[in-house]
Amino acid sequence: MSRRYDSRTTIFSPEGRLYQVEYAMEAIGNAGSAIGILSKDGVVLVGEKKVTSKLLQTSSSTEKMYKIDDHVACAVAGIMSDANILINTARVQAQRYTYAYQEPMPVEQLVQSLCDTKQGYTQFGGLRPFGVSFLFAGWEKNFGFQLYMSDPSGNYGGWKAGAIGANNQAAQSILKQDYKDDITREEAVQLALKVLSKTMDSTSLTSEKIELAEVFLSPSGKVKYEVCSPEALNKLLVKFGVTQPATDTA
Amino acid sequence: MECVFGLVGKGFAIVVADTSAVHGILVHKTNEEKIMKLDSHKLIAASGEGGDRVQFSEYIHKNVALYQFRNGIPLTTSAAANFTRAELAAALRKNPYAVNILLAGYDNHTGPSLYYIDYLATLHKVDKAAFGYASYLSLSMMDTHYHAGMSLQEAIDLVDKCITEIRSRLVVAPPNFVMKIVDQHGARECAWRQSLPSASPTFC
Repeated sequence: MSRRYDSRTTIFSPEGRLYQVEYAMEAIGNAGSAIGILSKDGVVLVGEKKVTSKLLQTSSSTEKMYKIDDHVACAVAGIMSDANILINTARVQAQRYTYAYQEPMPVEQLVQSLCDTKQGYTQFGGLRPFGVSFLFAGWEKNFGFQLYMSDPSGNYGGWKAGAIGANNQAAQSILKQDYKDDITREEAVQLALKVLSKTMDSTSLTSEKIELAEVFLSPSGKVKYEVCSPEALNKLLVKFGVTQPATDTA
Repeated sequence: MECVFGLVGKGFAIVVADTSAVHGILVHKTNEEKIMKLDSHKLIAASGEGGDRVQFSEYIHKNVALYQFRNGIPLTTSAAANFTRAELAAALRKNPYAVNILLAGYDNHTGPSLYYIDYLATLHKVDKAAFGYASYLSLSMMDTHYHAGMSLQEAIDLVDKCITEIRSRLVVAPPNFVMKIVDQHGARECAWRQSLPSASPTFC
């Protein structure tokens, strides 16, 4: 019945829905999940890799995590090629701000700016929306550590913990139960890996299937974005006892 | 013959400008305000071509205000200074503004600061600066008497020394000056130095 209202992005359906935007979110629901957790001393991002192969050059390329600027990074879920375009756009916006003001772009402004771009694709031009959701993690002197989640509609929100991609609702509800406001970065890593192990439908968890990145401050006060090496990640998985997926899913 | 100068003291920055609006040999008015409040904690003192001075100052003022409305936080003095410089630089090779600016501000974490921005989009963060013919007279005065962390009274005394030099040594010295300061409490007018009181001070 609503078929005639979903072939163009720029019109509402009679029920007031934008079908193309919703279909974009469907596409993301099939993609590898990503979880972000905000802690007192940093932001943790974990992602489920869908492309797993021993042949993959893990040291030089990441599938889920990308650095936008020295003080902001993101995790993606959805169509990778769409994500690359938006990541590049975000990087340009961040540099443009620094060019004008000689200061790092406040994280929320960067997210807002990117979301304004995404919104444009839901209102004019007749082009389909981007099939990507983001988790942005960053730090700046005004508001400290921050985590933002955005989706194809161009909506965004600031979160203490969030999940995107496959099984994100299950992940979000586990996070809601287990998150505490004064969580430390190490506890956040543990929680993120635990949640991922519960929501990933995979027989075992290894560093081949997961990516972990953290945004934190070095002792000298500089913002650091570090992707965990596969060796270190394997050690963490063993340490937290999540190499086997949990038998009961919440 | 426009005179604009300023310096940074202990917890404040002070900028001084003459208040004559001159057109050729005619003085339109002697209480023209050339120091604009850019936001609660910033002052922009501009000297140069009449129309450009007001146009450019107001343009920067509106952009600074827009940033605050959009983002809920004010720009730092450094960001505002760099933004101003970038606007001058962008226009420079197309449609230049003939305006020299001293931007003074106070930021909570970094304290007071003063930026020298000339019409060619040169930007320097400085402790003391001056534009125009005043610079020949007041820079050397400030070089002699300035030291870091001056109290407000010491700074005002130094400003008065500079004004005295300008009045005695500049052939067509402007009669009146205004001083404005910015500190943790905000930007405000500090004092006037008038050797020629305006006929009707409440108007123009």
